[in-house]
Amino acid sequence: MSLTPDFSIDGDDGAATLRLSGRLTLARFDSIHDRLHAALAEHGGIAAIDLGDVVRIDTVGAWMVSRLAATTGARIIAASAEAKVLIDAVGRSDQPVAIRPEPVFPLVRITREVGTSVIDTFAELKGLLSFFGEALIATLALWRHPQRIRWNAVFTGFEAVGVNALAIIGLMTFLIGVVIAQQGAVQLRQFGLEVFTINLVGRTSIRELGLLMTAIMVAGRSGSAFAAQLGTMKLTEEVDAMRTIGVSPMEALVLPRVFATLLMMPLLGFYAAMTSMIGGGLFCWYGLDIPPLTYIALLRDIIPMTDMWAMLIKAPVFGIVVAITGCYHGMQVKSNAEEVGRRTTDAVVQGIFLVIVLDAFFAVFFTAIGWQ
Amino acid sequence: MRAAANPHHNAPPALPFVHDADTPAIRVRGLRNAFGDQVIHDGLDLDVRRGEILGVVGGSGTGKSVLMRSIIGLQVPQAGEVEVFGVSTLGPADTDAQRDIRRRWGVLFQGGALFSTLTVAENVQVPIREYFPAISDALLDEIAAYKVVLAGLPANAGPKYPSELSGGMIKRAALARALALDPALVFLDEPTAGLDPISAAAFDELIRDLADTLGLTVLLITHDLDTLHTVCDRVAVLADHRVIAIGTIDELVASDHPWIAEYFLGPRGRAAMDARTRHHDMNDDGV
Repeated sequence: MSLTPDFSIDGDDGAATLRLSGRLTLARFDSIHDRLHAALAEHGGIAAIDLGDVVRIDTVGAWMVSRLAATTGARIIAASAEAKVLIDAVGRSDQPVAIRPEPVFPLVRITREVGTSVIDTFAELKGLLSFFGEALIATLALWRHPQRIRWNAVFTGFEAVGVNALAIIGLMTFLIGVVIAQQGAVQLRQFGLEVFTINLVGRTSIRELGLLMTAIMVAGRSGSAFAAQLGTMKLTEEVDAMRTIGVSPMEALVLPRVFATLLMMPLLGFYAAMTSMIGGGLFCWYGLDIPPLTYIALLRDIIPMTDMWAMLIKAPVFGIVVAITGCYHGMQVKSNAEEVGRRTTDAVVQGIFLVIVLDAFFAVFFTAIGWQ
Repeated sequence: MRAAANPHHNAPPALPFVHDADTPAIRVRGLRNAFGDQVIHDGLDLDVRRGEILGVVGGSGTGKSVLMRSIIGLQVPQAGEVEVFGVSTLGPADTDAQRDIRRRWGVLFQGGALFSTLTVAENVQVPIREYFPAISDALLDEIAAYKVVLAGLPANAGPKYPSELSGGMIKRAALARALALDPALVFLDEPTAGLDPISAAAFDELIRDLADTLGLTVLLITHDLDTLHTVCDRVAVLADHRVIAIGTIDELVASDHPWIAEYFLGPRGRAAMDARTRHHDMNDDGV
């Protein structure tokens, strides 16, 4: 007896018998289903389905037989006991089931998505602001009860946000210093003003690029870590457990991270400015024959103290923005692990975006008050 | 007595197709698993007969899930042999024999492990698509449709995403996916854990019905005494790194091992046993 599923149709139209044979299983199904339906369409009706030669039948075969019996009104004959049980069970289950949600008309979908994302953006902004407000209120409460400050968590934050970032931020800004000096020198050489490369490196490093690069790196390293840590803690209900014990997650989790970032950012920004100027200085020495001592002496003349103040004013603000964005998104995680990933991405993207927007405001503001 | 234990199941149904009925569905010999210093299994032997529902019980940390993972090849044991339908599962996963074995079993993971980006019906289609790419999309949709309903889900559950489902529905959807390829062997890891008693009882009944209808061999890990009483033909007890006893519940109760006695005759064990007796009496009255 052959194992390949096959069929034959005997008898006249309307009283024909469909004889199935072989294995009616999923593994061999595609070879018979289409052929069978083509033959049936050609032949007209059948009155009986004979399963006497079927070697093996699984739910797919049973489904095909029960569907055939239902659509043609044919009787099933010579089926084994197991086959009968299977055909009955599958026949009862054969109901129309949608496989995926109804597709929505594209124009409607686009409009809907644009609308939803506009609403979401404002909701997010509002959420972020109210989270910032909560953090401020919690800070004031800590001001009154300083013994509640969690110094351990703050110091751990110093290490995670500050110390552990030194190598990567140092390397990055050093290279940026080299690149600025090199590109600046190429342009300034056309006017014979190569020595102004020092102005370029010194002032941009202190006032803008050192800190901006640091903030971006901290958003990528620590903002994302905050979101992922807090998000995971939300998922495992650690945050809820804290609340029920009476520990405020804002005090225990959020504020230490914000304080740590706020205090580390000026230090990291200054450090970044230094490494950037060292990079620029090395290029000046190697490429423009300006000896290091001259370079340092010139830097002292060129850089006004106001550049330093501008950097030191911006740094804590950037730190707060990055930390608050990270913690906010972490605390927004609900229900599933997928959301931790999405929120972490949001934390980094929004953190960097806000830092750059604020930096532009600061630039305009400082120029307006005469810090050229 | 055994027949009485399972009112709707007098004899295991003959498999629709059997290569050679003598080899057990699962054969484990001398299995050893250890994580660092912690030995989970040592010299573990287990046979699962074709067509039976075998429950695996044991205290927390006795390695019930590790045993299941060893059998299905997710955990490579340090020593021992594992054969499913006479084929070792310990070889490289990409050979034809291994693929063939994988096609013949379905696994229900504890948390469901549904693919979260696919709908319930699409989840059911994944294994079929993987093994039988020649089947047309229209036919695939039809097959997924009856599988969803066969697993006891309402017809409107098909286009839903796993995040929209309740715990009981997730288990049913996962069962539908486990049964997608019409496997001969099904592994169920704590199928009723986390379900309310009503859903758990309904799920027990579904497992029993499907096993009878489809002629499945089932390896079922559970802590649920009611499941053991209503669903399992035999129960294997894991303790001291190996299977210390295997048999029907009545046989196990008759043994004198203290842990087994405590397990089946403790307050919870007694309650489950009474429930089974009552259920059975009611059925007798009905007949």
